[in-house]
Amino acid sequence: MTELLTAVSIGAGNGSVYALLALGFVIIYKAMSVISFAQPAFMLSGAVLVSHLSPRMGFVAAVVVGTIAIAVVALVVERVAVRPMVGKAVFVIAIITIGIDIVVRVVAGAFVGVDPRTIGDPWGLDVTTIGGVQVQHRHIAAFVVTGLVVALLFAFFRFTRMGLAMRATALDQEAAMAQGVDVGRVFAVSWALAGALAAIAGVFASAGNPIDQNLWIIALTALPVIILGGLDSLGGAVLGGLVIGIVQAVVSTYHSTWFPFLDTNSGAIVPYVLMLLVLLVRPQGLFGTKEVERV
Amino acid sequence: MTATQHEPGRTGRGSDAPASTKPRRRWGRPTLYTSYGQEMALLNTRAKQLGVLAIIAVAAYLPLTLEDDLLALLGTGLVLAVGAIGLNLLIGYAGQVSLGHAFFVGVGAYTAAVLAGDPDGRYLGFGVSEAPVWIVAAGVVAALFGVVVAPLATRLRGLYLAVVTLGLVFIGQYFFAEWREMSGGPGIGRESAVPVVLGNDLTRDGAYTEEQKLFWLFLVVLVIMALLGRNIARSRIGRAFAAVRDRDIAAGVMGVELGRYKLIAFTISSFFAGVCGSLLYVGSGQFSPEQFGLLLSVQFIAMVLIGGVATISGSIMGALLIALLPRLSSELPAFLPFVSSSPTDHPNVFEVEVGLYGALIVAFLLFEPRGLFGIWLRIRTYWKSFPFSY
Repeated sequence: MTELLTAVSIGAGNGSVYALLALGFVIIYKAMSVISFAQPAFMLSGAVLVSHLSPRMGFVAAVVVGTIAIAVVALVVERVAVRPMVGKAVFVIAIITIGIDIVVRVVAGAFVGVDPRTIGDPWGLDVTTIGGVQVQHRHIAAFVVTGLVVALLFAFFRFTRMGLAMRATALDQEAAMAQGVDVGRVFAVSWALAGALAAIAGVFASAGNPIDQNLWIIALTALPVIILGGLDSLGGAVLGGLVIGIVQAVVSTYHSTWFPFLDTNSGAIVPYVLMLLVLLVRPQGLFGTKEVERV
Repeated sequence: MTATQHEPGRTGRGSDAPASTKPRRRWGRPTLYTSYGQEMALLNTRAKQLGVLAIIAVAAYLPLTLEDDLLALLGTGLVLAVGAIGLNLLIGYAGQVSLGHAFFVGVGAYTAAVLAGDPDGRYLGFGVSEAPVWIVAAGVVAALFGVVVAPLATRLRGLYLAVVTLGLVFIGQYFFAEWREMSGGPGIGRESAVPVVLGNDLTRDGAYTEEQKLFWLFLVVLVIMALLGRNIARSRIGRAFAAVRDRDIAAGVMGVELGRYKLIAFTISSFFAGVCGSLLYVGSGQFSPEQFGLLLSVQFIAMVLIGGVATISGSIMGALLIALLPRLSSELPAFLPFVSSSPTDHPNVFEVEVGLYGALIVAFLLFEPRGLFGIWLRIRTYWKSFPFSY
């Protein structure tokens, strides 16, 4: 039982990271109907930037500055490479974001360096024992911060003018434009938000461990998450992230008892298998809107 | 080809001949077609016929003049071109975005290696050494995997499909790495298939070197596969693909069975990928499961997009460019002094190489959406209408 609860706590921590990343994907998808494959790069660059800033200005300030900086990078990318393509086939824009991802990742990777580099987080691998279950501080922190960010985000969409504009654009781009919504600005804000979320996710994904070049692979796990939750559902992204994180952690923990014939831990592919299973039953994901075909 | 000569007695089609006579080509009017069959012909102008012949002749002559290391690189390009044609049939012609091409290439590579492998060796092997046998077998096995995956594709559209096929790459890589008896495990790998054609081991240097013989083998395979790809594209199947790509609902209304043609597209594309995989590591002699990752898929997409979407010749150009990219970026330090060739300095040639894939994809999509083929079209139009600008 303790083992299971430990796995769930790890899963909730990792799942929070997935949820943050998935939110970024969903926000961009809702605005432009495009999956941005550039999120992994923003996540890696966020972690790398914070690791460079934190020795100089302390961890919290570094996270804030790093997040804002990555949001600005995302803004620039949107303006330079994505905005000229608006109106082209979504597939073309998606492929462009793959290209952007590669370029940004190479640049960020160059700053990782040879020596192990940490983001200077205060948690490390410390644990607290709650009712006999050892819970790592970094996972608690990830969970709490994600909860906070999600609450802020939902409040933003619910109560601000910009949030309203973004919801209107997601519903119907042309109608929103006709009502005076600056759709271009909505695109820009969406990308900035997604970049910021990816940067925060990068911080928590690399907390406690040295940053390595392959950190971005974690961000790809957010793709099954958004498919599971439904491409256009913010709530689905958060829930999907937690579900996939927890299932993954549980399978990793019990791998040797459940699949003794497989040597490599199957935790890494759990999200993708889960995604395939869900898609066989519900092609639009758990909470996504069913696609309506109009002629 | 035979219909191009001038016949003085005739003034117009069917003027004094029965209507069933084959339509003739008018001499001096290379773009005047008098029947659908003429226009859809494989090489529908004299210039194309001569040009393709010349290119094949030059390619066949290349091994005698080029150095072996460059030849090996170009040979890899030819093999990659087979895979790129397959992906172009799927993405360019049928409009189904797949990020899972690397998986099918991997299936092909392992099928070939297992079939041709030494039965008494360290890894699984059946000792079928004849190259044509295992090349076709690799294609067929990969195609079968395509059939298995296709039902998912028929349920999904657009970006959902892209993400699912991305998952395929990760799941595939896991099982390649896991099945150590077959693949040798991550980081170690196994030997690739040894090409034996009619009893001659092509990897042994004889009158010609290994690279020369392999290049000719790859060239023959590419010509066959390119011909196959082109013929599929201009057949009933190819037209159905285009209809599905342009508007799947409209295609369905017109009687194109969507599920069936998506299945065919995946199967054909996987067959090409399998053939590509079977030959891809023949030159290097060794490969490991890590090679079939997301990067390989992205490289194939880059070939298709840089070469030209929905063109066979473009796929070949794109594949050659991507194959030569490592060589080009290794030449960079001579021109750009700030690029280092040591892997510990930044920016180094390896980073530049990877970055170039991304930069080239973005640049081509932004500025030349039709790819290298589009550039060629521009040059052709310029000279065709010379000295006028239109």
